[in-house]
Amino acid sequence: MRLVDALLPWLAGVLVLAALWLIFVVVPTEAQMGIIQRIFYVHVPCAWAAYAGFFVVAGASAAYLWTGRPGADRLAVAGAEVGVLFCTLVLITGPIWARPIWGVWWTWDPRLTMTVILWSIYAGYLLLRGFAGEEEAVARWAAVLGIVGVLAIPVIRVSVRLLQGIHPAVLTTREGGSGLGDPTMRLTLYVASLAVLALAVWLMRVRVRIAALAGEVTALRRTVDAREGAVA
Amino acid sequence: MLRAAFAILAKDVRIEARTKESLASALVLGVLLVVVFSIAHDAPPDEAPRLAPAVVWVTFIFTGLLGVQRSFVIEREHEALAGVLVAPVDPAALYVGKLLGNVLLLGVMQAIIVPLVAVLLHVDLVPVLPALVLVLLLGNLGFASLATLFAAVTVRARAREVMLPVLLLPLLVPVLVGGVKATQAVLAGGLAAAGEPLAVLAAFDVIFTTAGVLLFEQVVRD
Repeated sequence: MRLVDALLPWLAGVLVLAALWLIFVVVPTEAQMGIIQRIFYVHVPCAWAAYAGFFVVAGASAAYLWTGRPGADRLAVAGAEVGVLFCTLVLITGPIWARPIWGVWWTWDPRLTMTVILWSIYAGYLLLRGFAGEEEAVARWAAVLGIVGVLAIPVIRVSVRLLQGIHPAVLTTREGGSGLGDPTMRLTLYVASLAVLALAVWLMRVRVRIAALAGEVTALRRTVDAREGAVA
Repeated sequence: MLRAAFAILAKDVRIEARTKESLASALVLGVLLVVVFSIAHDAPPDEAPRLAPAVVWVTFIFTGLLGVQRSFVIEREHEALAGVLVAPVDPAALYVGKLLGNVLLLGVMQAIIVPLVAVLLHVDLVPVLPALVLVLLLGNLGFASLATLFAAVTVRARAREVMLPVLLLPLLVPVLVGGVKATQAVLAGGLAAAGEPLAVLAAFDVIFTTAGVLLFEQVVRD
């Protein structure tokens, strides 16, 4: 595990540089949308990383309720923070693209609605943890929310589809539509996705370590307080 | 287990019958919300009915949040919840009892809000009443399933007045969308047109009452 932790930042760094080179130098400019389309190679990987984070929350929450191990709880926090971070990036990069292409920063398309709802579920999760302190009960409440959140994702998806939509379907071409024709474009998307994923995993591991250290500090402080109490 | 659940329900109904606190405060708020929405939209008479489904569901959700919150505040005062938990009762039964109590409370609220909206926004309810009752019940159960679970959380957290809506509103989007779309369809053409949103509401009810029964123990045990 220590080796993984030593290598991850380097791996993420190299992949990010490679992705940037592909996005800004190598990949051809999309014919109809022009230069702005390149933001897609950041936007889509961030969306995947956000979902990955939210599923980590759910898995770690279930593991925490099952085993009660504090490590699972720390992983859940890390997943939520990283998920919200990348979801925020999705919500920033999306409008930058939408403004020149759709003519508006935002529209209540199902995918956009879905993303902003997901963001608020997990932002609420972080608020609950932030407001409620560090007791064990809070970890259990958060775990319940982590599980309910992931159960809600498919239902919310179906429900927002009852609203009208215009978001392009790039990879999952439903009616034989566009898709990424050019192989360089696909390669760029894959490298960028790996880069973002490596970055997300590294951030989560750092966050888990910070949480573990914070837990240790709290425990030590308690011991010191107890001893001082005994002396006085 | 059902006997325990009904005992909890009977307790909540008795408390409510004696104090009338939840119902009274939620009803006044509900009436106010309907009035505020109607004034804010200021729709001409022929457009007003189009607003009705949205007004019904938004009002229901906000008054419901208040009502469900109250039903747990009374458990917190004088450590009543701790007393209930000491009894040899399955936490799942406690959840079912509180859920039924909340469904009842929310149902009374709906019975007031919906006719009020109908009168103020010129909707003729009488021909579609049975279908509408089905939609309202499904939405009610869905709302109550999650609200009961999370009210038990937020009542013990800090900043609880904010936390319950912050946690619940995004999760309740299917109830809002399904409720509004089903109500629109029912008002426009009857139950047949409301298939999809009704399915969303029903799926939501099944998933989250099950989740509530299974997870409630994690929320209340200490």
